[in-house]
Order: sequence, then structure tokens, then C-alpha cells
Amino acid sequence: MKLSNIQRFWISFILSIPMLIQMLAMPFHWMMPGYNWIALVTTTIIMAISAAPYWSSAIAAFKKHSANMNTLVAAGTAVAYFYSIFAMFTNRPVYFESAAFVTVFVLLGDAMEEKMHDNASNALSKLMGLQAKDAAVLKDGKFVKVPLDQVQVGDLIRVKPGEKIPVDGEITEGTTTLDESMVTGESMPVVKQVGDTVVGSTINSNGTITFKATKVGADTMLAQIVDLVKKAQTSHAPIQNLTDKISNIFVPAVLIIAILTFMIWYSFLGATAVQAMLFAVSVIVIACPCALGLATPTALMVGTARSAKMGVLIKNGEVLQEVSDLNTVVFDKTGTITVGKPEVTDIVGDQAEVLAIAASVEELSEHPLATAIIKKAEAEDIKTKKVNDFEAIEGKGVKADYNGQTAFVGSNRLLVDIDISREMMNHANELQNQAKTVVYVGLSGEIIGLIAIQDTPKPSSKQAITELKERGLKTVMLTGDNEKVAQAIASEVGIDQVIAGVLPNEKAHHIQKLQANGDKVAFVGDGINDAPALSTADVGIAMGSGTDIAIDSGGIVLVQNDLRGVVRALDISKKTFNRIKLNLFWALIYNTIGIPIAAGLFVGVGLTLSPELAGLAMAFSSVSVVGSSLLLNKTKIAGAN
Amino acid sequence: MNTSQIITLIVGLIAIGFIVWWFFGKHKEAVGQSTVVNDEQSARIVVKGGYSPSTVVLKKGVPAEVNFDMQDSTACLSHVVFEQLGVNEDLTKQKVTTVKIPTDKAATYNFACGMDMFHGKVIVK
Repeated sequence: MKLSNIQRFWISFILSIPMLIQMLAMPFHWMMPGYNWIALVTTTIIMAISAAPYWSSAIAAFKKHSANMNTLVAAGTAVAYFYSIFAMFTNRPVYFESAAFVTVFVLLGDAMEEKMHDNASNALSKLMGLQAKDAAVLKDGKFVKVPLDQVQVGDLIRVKPGEKIPVDGEITEGTTTLDESMVTGESMPVVKQVGDTVVGSTINSNGTITFKATKVGADTMLAQIVDLVKKAQTSHAPIQNLTDKISNIFVPAVLIIAILTFMIWYSFLGATAVQAMLFAVSVIVIACPCALGLATPTALMVGTARSAKMGVLIKNGEVLQEVSDLNTVVFDKTGTITVGKPEVTDIVGDQAEVLAIAASVEELSEHPLATAIIKKAEAEDIKTKKVNDFEAIEGKGVKADYNGQTAFVGSNRLLVDIDISREMMNHANELQNQAKTVVYVGLSGEIIGLIAIQDTPKPSSKQAITELKERGLKTVMLTGDNEKVAQAIASEVGIDQVIAGVLPNEKAHHIQKLQANGDKVAFVGDGINDAPALSTADVGIAMGSGTDIAIDSGGIVLVQNDLRGVVRALDISKKTFNRIKLNLFWALIYNTIGIPIAAGLFVGVGLTLSPELAGLAMAFSSVSVVGSSLLLNKTKIAGAN
Repeated sequence: MNTSQIITLIVGLIAIGFIVWWFFGKHKEAVGQSTVVNDEQSARIVVKGGYSPSTVVLKKGVPAEVNFDMQDSTACLSHVVFEQLGVNEDLTKQKVTTVKIPTDKAATYNFACGMDMFHGKVIVK
């Protein structure tokens, strides 16, 4: 029969009640009739069912030249138990209760810790349990319910109001609002229409939609989030290296201290063998390094699971530790601070001609500004012409052969070789002061017009940056845009410092420059060209709307494309790391204070620890560390509900 | 100092010496190999007061699983954690717990108990 720890605890506890009664009655000079025999029988049963597993584990470990907490529990209980048997037959006082109570308390600690550990790791299975069980897939003109694991990419799936979205996909029919809070942490429902993407396990509230599955199984966003959090929960924080080192030598060191305690009390201080033994046993029992070992993993587990619920995915423990040292946060501008959907606001010069040339040349470009120009041309019904010899000039713009003439579109860096009229220059300055990006359009070596494009900041950016500054962080904006435009946006949202005119491949270099000044830098970005900067920064924070590459290089991923996520990410990382430090501190303090008291160092002031009390203290220390980690679920985080 | 005190002192010092030698001295560790059946390899690790063997070598390119046979009933070894793989398994829920190991490339995967007291590794080569 295999008993669980909690069953063992209850059996042992009930068996130890007679000894408890005797202990309480001792001050009244009452002796239980036949106490020694009762204690011998009950303790023997307790040892057989509850202490024996520790003994056998300790012996197996000992054979492998290793020692652990079981070694300490086994040594402590075995010494007290076998000495008591010896004492009983030689008519000396017995200490069965020490062996019994230590076992009971250790079991209680183990059982409670197990329960709390389960609680802490439950969050993740809850996340996975959010998934729908089946999906209504279109087959031969009819929607048929099929189990989730049979849904394939390309399937058309219908979701009715109140149902869960089964997998990731793109809406092909219908409009609805979705509750995406379980994935993004955002409690406001989001309106979705044809062409919008939907995420599996979010809840459809009022409309019926049909969507095409784009990601199924392990590729879905939820599956990837769960995978990421799993890895984070089992990861190491560098601060743990200390405990790893300690744990290797800890137990043998405690055994040595216990032997020294016995030797010193017995040989030098003239204590009786029994007194010396009780001190030594207390040392062994109190010194369990459990609390030390549990301090980091449990806090990591709770912290990363909680942050995942808020749409902040922390990759590992190392990131948490880095966050606590940050003093600077660098933002990419486009798509991070701003909406990332630039729009043409002004055109200077012959409107139709300028737009026609710009759109024709930019049609082949992938730049976000190009998209804005082409959209404008479409809206104005301007036909583009096919161009030849298209060429991108890195960081400057593009050029191509347009009707036999060289046309070019780009930033002011193009102006190095091309003349511009004073009037055009004034126009450009004016537009830039309004936080608009100016694109120069030229034909045959002459600037013929300007296109002003504006990308407005996200509504939440200003608040997020204010909150970061309140936390004493310096905010920096890094952008390829013109200085004036960048300044205008920076002052709108409250950014401290602007580094403008940065070529895409220079972003990482600027991060290094900040680091060279001794700053600890976090970089927030989303694009492919942000990947090097994300990995260079001490902490890379990838925005959720970003590409896969950006997400891979970030240490923290924000599911939601909102800068307030940065504040949350930093808050929860800091809180989790502080909790780890607090846990380690208490675990260490407990041992550094507990061992000397148990060894009888403070006998002079009347402070001693019996083996039973030592066992209780040890159980309490493990449970309190796990409990402290669980409290992370309750701490206040910016923007959390 | 009487005789028994002197004897205690000597025995204590010998015990300390033994502990230092036994736990901190260099000792050889057993290395386990996997067995290949039907193009799948598996290795067994017995969990009792530690991991035996604590090092397992797997062949690259053959689908592999490591079976943890739980024979220890204390809380200490109740979980096994593969940090790099994001695996954290409770070994007490069933007798033998299977962990799948990716063998597409040569690598060393460390594992440890839930409190990071016991260590072992799986080497793919």
C-alpha cells in the first residue's frame, strides 16, 4: 500500500497524541502509566511508515556520495529513535517524542509544500484549459462539429455568439466583438470584421463569424504562450547560482557542524552525552535547506504565470533579474510609440504629378511610408505607371526609371546630391514642425514636390511614458525619422531624449553607445529591423503585433500592442525578482540564526531549541517561502484588474 | 578530560574526516546508455535518493524518451525539471514518468529535482 504524505502525516499525528499528552502533563509531574512502552510502540510504527522512506532515500543518496534534506531528517530521527531504545533497556530517560514529532512536522511541511506547489503550477493548466473542445468546420457545404485536434489549416470555421474561437485564423464573413482578455489581458471587447485576425480560445460575444484557420495545434498563439511560460517557469535566475553552490556542500557541512556540536558539548563543556546529543540532533533537523531551494523556483512560477495572464510573457529568470537594474527605456518610434499606420496629410507641388511619380516608384518598396503613399494614390484615383531599374538606396529612399527619366523618392539624405528651392525648403520645415514626416519627390535631378506623412502616437503612449518616468526611468526614442518630426512626437508623448536620423542597421549600435555610458537599457520594438537592437539591449521587449523574429529576440513579449504593457512588464518583473530576493534572504537568515541556536550557542541567555521545535521551525520555513511566492498573485501591478 | 571524552573527540574527528572524503572526494559516476527498439530509443533512470544513472547518453537522430522510475517516496525528488526543455513533471502521479527528448541535434540537457538539489544530464551525441 502506498500512502501519500498527507495520509502518513495524519496516521503519525494520531499515533503521537499520547506522547503529546505526556509532554503537556510533564510540568504537573504526572506520568502516564507504562509511558515508555506506549512511546516505543507508537514511535516504532511512526518510524516504520513515515520515517523509513526518508531513511531509505538517504541511504540510496549516501551510496551515491550525495546528501540532501532526507539525509538530515533521517540522521536526526534515527539518532533520537535508536538512542531511546538503548536508553529504555538501560533505564535512562527516553526521547521517543523527539523522533516522532520531528517526523510529524517534516511530513506536515512536505504535504503543505506539495499542495502549494500544485496551486502555483495550476495557473498554466488553467490557461491551456481555456481552449474550445471542438469546432464547427465547413464540410460538403455543411458546418460539422469536429474535435479540436482534427481542425486543419485552411478549414472554414463558424463561431456563434457565446462560443469560443477554436484556433487562430482570419475572418472571411461576419462582424463581431471578441473578448480577448485571456490572451491579451485587455478587458475591453474588441470589434472584429472581415480580414481581421482572431486568436484561439478568445470568446465571441455578439455576432456570428466564419473564419479561415491559419494556425492550429502547437502553432496557435495560446499554445506558444503556454510553451513560453513553461520554459520561463523552469528557467534559472542567475541569483540562484549562489544557492546551487550552497546546496552542494550544505548537508555534509551541517553533519560536520552537528558532530562538532556534540564533541564540544561533551568533551569540552562537560555536558552529559544526552544533552550533547539533543543539541546535535536539533542542528541536523533545523538545517534543512528546503526553503533555500524553493525560494526562486516558486516565485518564478507564480510571477511568470501571473504576468502571462496580463498579456506579458517573460522568457526566463535572467530577464527578471536584468529588469531590476534598468534605468533607461529606449523606444522604436514607428509602430511602437505611434500607431504604425502612417497617412498622407499634405502634398506640395503639382498634386497629381507628385503623387503619380511617388506611387509608381514606391509600388515596389516595402517601407511603411510607401504603403501610405500608395493608399493615398488609390484614394485619389491616380493610376501608377510601370517603372524600370528600381533600386533602393539604403536608409535614403528609392529611385527608378520613370518615362525615361530618373525619378526618386526619399528622405532629406537624398538632398546631398540634389538641389532644392528655398520655397520647398520652407515648406518642408513647416511640415516637420507639425510632426509630419516629409518625403521628397524628385525627377531628373530636381525636387518637384513634397509629400507629408503623419503617424499619430497611440492614445496610450503618453500615459505609459509618464508612468515610466514616475518610476525614475529615462525614456529615449530611436528613429530613422527626421530630427524635427521626431522632436515633435517626443514632446507630444513626453519622451526625454530623441536620437533621430538613425539608419535601420544602426539601432543596435546606438543601444551599445548608451550601454557604454553605463546605462542599463531596455529596448522596445516590433519590426524585423529591430531584432539586433532587441538582442543587444539588456532587456528586449518585443511588441505583440511584431514579427516572429522580433518576438524571438525579445526577452519579454507583450501580447498586446500597447505601451502600457511595458509598464506592467517592468512592474511584475521587479516585484517577482524582489520576491525572490526576499525569499532567499529569509531562507538564509533562518538558517544562519537557527543553526547557532540549535547548537546551543545561546544557552547562556536561556535560548535553546529542542529537536521537536527545530522540526516545526523547519517545516514552517519551507511553507512560508512557498506562501510568500503565492502572495505574488495578490500584489498590485499597474493596470492589472 | 576523562577517557570517554577523549574517545568521543577522536571518533568525532574521524567521522568528520570520513564525511569530507565521502561527499567531497572525487568519485566515479555511472553513465547509462539507451536501448534502441524499432528505431526508438529509451533509457531508464531510477529515482531513489538521487538519479541512477545520473548521466544518460542518447544517439542523435533516433526518437528518444527517458523513463523516470520513481522509487523514492519523499517530497525531495517528487519533481523532475528539464530547464532547457521547459519540462516540469510530477513523478509521484504515476510509477514511471516518460520525458521525450529531442534528438535532432547534439546537445546536453541538464535535469534536476524541483529544489535543484539533485542533478543529472542527458547527452545527445
